[in-house]
Amino acid sequence: MVNLIMASPDPAVVEHVERPAELSPTTEPAPPLTFQVKNVSIWYGEKRAIDDVTLDIASNAVTAIIGPSGCGKSTFLRCLNRMHELVPKTRVEGRVLLQGEDLYSSTVDPAIVRRRVGMVFQKSNPFPTMSIGENVIIGLRLNGVRNQKFLNERLEKSLRMAALWDEVKDDLHKSGTSLSGGQQQRLCIARALAVEPEVLLMDEPCSALDPIATAKIEELIYELKAQYTIVTVTHNMQQAGRISDFTAFLYMGRLIEFGSTTKIFTNPSQKQTEDYITGRFG
Amino acid sequence: MTMHSSRADNHTWRKIMNALASATTFVSALLVIAPLGLIFFHLLANGASSVNWAFFTHLPKPVGEAGGGMVNAIVGSLELLAFASAIGIPIGVLGGVYLAEYGTARANALLRFVADVLNGVPSITFGVVVYGLVVLRFKGFSAYAGGLALGLIMVPLILRTTEEVILLVPNGYREAALALGVARWKTIVYIVMKTASKGIITGILLALARVGGETAPLLFTAFGNRFWNHNLSEPIAALPLQIFTYAISPYDDWHRQAWAGALVLVTGIFCVNVLVRILTRGRTTSAV
Amino acid sequence: MAPPSRFGDKAFEWLTLAMAMAVVLLVILIGWQLWRGSSLAVQKFGFHFLTTSTWDPVTEQFGALPFIYGTLVSSFIALLIAVPLSVATAVYLTELAPLWIRQPIVSLIEMLAAIPSVILGLWGIFVMIPWLRDYPFPLLKRFFGWTPFFSGPIYGTSMLAGGIIIAIMILPIITSVSREILRSVPNLQREAAYALGATRWEVTRIAVLSYARKGLFGAVILGLGRALGETMAVTMVIGNTPQIAASLFKPGYTLASVIANEFTEATTDIYLQALFEIGLVLFGVTILVNLIAQLLLKTLTTTSTTRAVQ
Repeated sequence: MVNLIMASPDPAVVEHVERPAELSPTTEPAPPLTFQVKNVSIWYGEKRAIDDVTLDIASNAVTAIIGPSGCGKSTFLRCLNRMHELVPKTRVEGRVLLQGEDLYSSTVDPAIVRRRVGMVFQKSNPFPTMSIGENVIIGLRLNGVRNQKFLNERLEKSLRMAALWDEVKDDLHKSGTSLSGGQQQRLCIARALAVEPEVLLMDEPCSALDPIATAKIEELIYELKAQYTIVTVTHNMQQAGRISDFTAFLYMGRLIEFGSTTKIFTNPSQKQTEDYITGRFG
Repeated sequence: MTMHSSRADNHTWRKIMNALASATTFVSALLVIAPLGLIFFHLLANGASSVNWAFFTHLPKPVGEAGGGMVNAIVGSLELLAFASAIGIPIGVLGGVYLAEYGTARANALLRFVADVLNGVPSITFGVVVYGLVVLRFKGFSAYAGGLALGLIMVPLILRTTEEVILLVPNGYREAALALGVARWKTIVYIVMKTASKGIITGILLALARVGGETAPLLFTAFGNRFWNHNLSEPIAALPLQIFTYAISPYDDWHRQAWAGALVLVTGIFCVNVLVRILTRGRTTSAV
Repeated sequence: MAPPSRFGDKAFEWLTLAMAMAVVLLVILIGWQLWRGSSLAVQKFGFHFLTTSTWDPVTEQFGALPFIYGTLVSSFIALLIAVPLSVATAVYLTELAPLWIRQPIVSLIEMLAAIPSVILGLWGIFVMIPWLRDYPFPLLKRFFGWTPFFSGPIYGTSMLAGGIIIAIMILPIITSVSREILRSVPNLQREAAYALGATRWEVTRIAVLSYARKGLFGAVILGLGRALGETMAVTMVIGNTPQIAASLFKPGYTLASVIANEFTEATTDIYLQALFEIGLVLFGVTILVNLIAQLLLKTLTTTSTTRAVQ
């Protein structure tokens, strides 16, 4: 029986091992990628939560998904990395294509999908039994990477990208939960970045944070988009306006409008969009 | 409810009832914990003087002779517990993981039910069963049989405590790990179980404390032994068993030693319980 | 649409499933072993086993009635003593006691629960029985000796002593389960009663106890289940004489005790089989009682967070 505890490293990760690690974030932007959602519908049991949504996520940009509560924003986001499958009785129709490859095809392992499409959650959740350092590299470790030098380098790189390195570099052994709320969220971002996903999904990442911490994260998102394709759900319209390049407006599970943020916010085509933006309903 | 019509009298009556209820229930509480005090008192009074170096280092003397100790019983108990753990811990913990992480609501409720019912089965039943399974088949009492009986008792105990503790681990941690592309089983083992590890360990400790004091299942499995056990397929002494044998014997010296043994056994069990309390100190409802 | 799971995931799920199924296997194993070990006796004695009161290894006449009687009577006595005390204590701890005193008392009760049966039996033989023989029993005889229950000579080891020691053993479990039940009564009920100006006791009586009736009954049944299976402490104080007598001062014998006492001395096959059959009866009875208790308490079992299914 294969020794599953130290399983052979995943090819996607090994590829990264071979590349020389860099100590400072690379300055050239990542190559463009295609991330397309085609006719996706999602059911919870009998209830249809997302109804036939099609859109193309722009690469190296921030796409915001906005809409009133309960319209399915989080559900939609989670189907982009197959996280919705954790809830029983969910069913998805349609296709999600990353670099042309259907993430929902029966030959694809959901775990691999989630390595390529990472996620940061609303409530920061650093693992309580681990130190800051261990938290960041746990994704790599559990996927079989053992080279300590590589892990250390990736640790520093991820923390720098999350704008957290300077604050914690002397405290890497301390518990993950000893940080402030904003720092914990940045730690979670570093943790997600450590496995070097191509896309980063963020589910209301700032809603549990104070304005100062929020501002730091927003700044971080702006810097990260050079390297990653980012999709974020937010109920805060001002935030969407600030940080995103493209915006999708979801209402009652349907995609009402999708386009560049400037257009959506200044000259929306649909009346519903305009009503939501101007606060006629929320 | 009262014969008086004036409001003030009614109010006084109600106050009296209230005080009476408080007093009665308080006295009940005292009566409930009174046996504890009495038992401890007598354990110390009768046993403390006999818990000496000889007790911990000597084997029992021949019947009727004074002196000797219970070292083989103490070691025997530890051996039995080790063997029982080898059975009870893997099955109980992994089974508890299943109930917490997999399965359907209905099937799991049924399994839980069965485990709870098993926890209420008298421990002597396990002795009878293992007698039929092992002692009769291999034609002799043995440490294996005793350990198996205790181990089987531990399984449903540990299963339930493990399950409860794992259910307390917040779902956010599972999601975060899965979102990193970590396989489900690794998430469970390295993240969830690790987070719940304290709870799992305290569950195991409590089960050990419980079966460590069991006598009935050992009566016809381990059977007891006046000497050292050199072979696990032979009878073995155990502390509770020795206490029982001595207590019902007609010899005063054995009675004295039974008290000493009881004091040592209770102290051991209490130490484990205190350890558990220390481990669980400061915890709220979360497993963190 | 289930995607293909990796080998590790499936293997782990199957492994843990197999372990969880162990409890089902265990019940089946116990039933099967007991049945197999008693088959000859079942054949020979049939249903009369449960109604015959002769237990004579010499003539190979085996009837379980004395033990059924002993188990039931001693358990009944135990419940009679323990239930009022336990429920009252539970009420005290959840409703009436000042907050600072609650945890210490709870801890003490937990300590009592941790004391092994054999140690309680030891204390029973050398402390409780002499005391019972010298003080309470003669008093009972003086006042109630005209009834059949307290007539006859006082030995010390007796059905009553058995009942008392079982009571001590089941006090903790009935108390703690009752506490859980009382605590699960929603505060809204209490608040509504307080708002009407009720005293603490009245709130307890009106809002809490009636609401908790079903659960408290379940706690009692759970205690009964525990009482039926008590072995060591009972064996050491009940006298171990297979007889059916009205007087509680007379020694008795329970299903569990006869197994404990005579199993290793069963020289003939039929003797051993009869004891196995007693084990079967005990198993059946305790399973039934525990089943009922669990059903009554089902609403309390903790079902918590949503679980992932994949």
